[in-house]
Amino acid sequence: MIRVEGLTKDYGARRAIENLNFNAEKGEILGFLGPNGAGKTTTMRILCGYMPPTSGKAEVSGFDVVEQSLEVRRRVGYLPETVPLYPDMTVFEYLKYMGDLRHLKNVEDRVDEVLEMVSMTDRADGYISALSKGLRQRVGIAQALIHEPEVLILDEPTLGLDPAQIIEARNIIREIGRERTVLLSTHILSEAQQLCNRVLIINKGHIVVEDTPEHLQSHLAGSQKVLLKVNGDTDGLETLVRNVPGISQVTVHTVGEIEFETVPGRDVRPDVARAVVEAGFDLLELHPISLSLEDIFIELTREEPEPPAISDASLNLGEEQDDLDEVED
Amino acid sequence: MRNIWTIARREYKLYFISPVAYVVLFFFLVILGWFFYQGLGSAIQQSYYQQSAPGVEIVISPLVTLILFTMPAITMRLLAEEQRTGTLELLLTAPVRDWEVVVGKWLGGFLFILTMLAITWVFPIVLNQLEKPGIDQGVLLSGYLGLAFMVASLLAIGVVISSLFANQIAAFFVSLAVVLLLWFIRPPDSATGGLWNDILTNINFVDHYLNFYRGIIDLKDIFYYLSLTALGLYIGTVIVEARRWR
Repeated sequence: MIRVEGLTKDYGARRAIENLNFNAEKGEILGFLGPNGAGKTTTMRILCGYMPPTSGKAEVSGFDVVEQSLEVRRRVGYLPETVPLYPDMTVFEYLKYMGDLRHLKNVEDRVDEVLEMVSMTDRADGYISALSKGLRQRVGIAQALIHEPEVLILDEPTLGLDPAQIIEARNIIREIGRERTVLLSTHILSEAQQLCNRVLIINKGHIVVEDTPEHLQSHLAGSQKVLLKVNGDTDGLETLVRNVPGISQVTVHTVGEIEFETVPGRDVRPDVARAVVEAGFDLLELHPISLSLEDIFIELTREEPEPPAISDASLNLGEEQDDLDEVED
Repeated sequence: MRNIWTIARREYKLYFISPVAYVVLFFFLVILGWFFYQGLGSAIQQSYYQQSAPGVEIVISPLVTLILFTMPAITMRLLAEEQRTGTLELLLTAPVRDWEVVVGKWLGGFLFILTMLAITWVFPIVLNQLEKPGIDQGVLLSGYLGLAFMVASLLAIGVVISSLFANQIAAFFVSLAVVLLLWFIRPPDSATGGLWNDILTNINFVDHYLNFYRGIIDLKDIFYYLSLTALGLYIGTVIVEARRWR
């Protein structure tokens, strides 16, 4: 239903997304997880036929978003993050307007149906300016659904809602996701886990991880992949590393280069460093290969983002650091 | 085509909901009424000296001036408001072509102005009752026809400018400036000829209305206003398209 290949978008000099590749099928709810500025909204806008990519291809329901933009837009229901509505129209008028723009037959019946779906039937004649954020969101979802689209693209659909409203919104999304392809973006990992069949983590315009929520959960505990480089004689190195408690997996890349994975929750680098040095090997490098998912999620949650825990490219040996300090004084 | 009508219908209705339109309409008619009253007054005085009754010009002349000034107020919100609130994004992700959005909004505004002009018809009707054998119907018709053309192009300009801003006030003032520019543009007195002079002479907005004013319908003038309308709508479409690239 959604096919994205090599999607890249530049805003002038700034590259918003680069070489994105992913797919989504019918009946699937795909989650976009990522911090602000990661490229979620840009990707969604491209998929809606709102703007063209700088390079790459995107197809929705078999139609190219650039060549057949109008066809794509007929089949997509979109709810932007800001939920823009016309304040001086009533709910009913607004939905009818949206329905008319999509050439729906029996527009008024359809509006009634969709109001029913989002439980807004009793507010149909009220002005949109009088609605709370949660109710506006529902109208927005109604607008996205009114033409029975095959694909639904929702940008942060539960942002700004109170807990009760969030539960309702998620129920609605779950319900409509059964028959369609839904792409939604969120900041909240637990939301992605509850709603989505698969999750894509985007950061700085790149897809960092693509997996099911369950797999992500097991990674969340924070297992690390670390690279160890040693100079010179490496007899017995592998065995040594394997014997360090807390190592779950060891892979030898080449002579003197070992990648190991730790048990979730433990940082075994000091132990490995000590073991390697004490055994007489020349330790060259010891650093993590990628940001652990935990670090990414810490960045993604709504509290103050902490700087990533991994900042050192190599492990400094204690004595050297002390010498430097003395010199500076 | 249907989309144009859907959008136009909404904009038209919206004018009647918005207080701006009512205020504009009110002052428009009040001021026009004032001019009408003044015009009648002085014409009656003049009639002591000459045997002619006031022509329909006493309605149309102030009407033209008023229209020129109120157009920016009518057009300012058409696209600026949508950009400010972000609703343009929803319009542009609907299966509606960009030019349909622009033309639809223009049409909504045009129908509203026509409604307003229709209301001003009351003055010529009154004038017709007041004098024998009645006013010159030809001049009346061509006057209003010319006005319709002029309004069409003014609206198109207004739509373009509205599309450039997210702030209605800014759109208003820039539209006003452009209207005034087109109104007063003339070649400098010292100039004698050449292409530039010809352009400046022929581009004047109100000059092209003068024929209509006198009861003459000249294709050249119709062509001027239609071209200007088409140009405005085209540029407006380009600007809306450009929004997509941001």
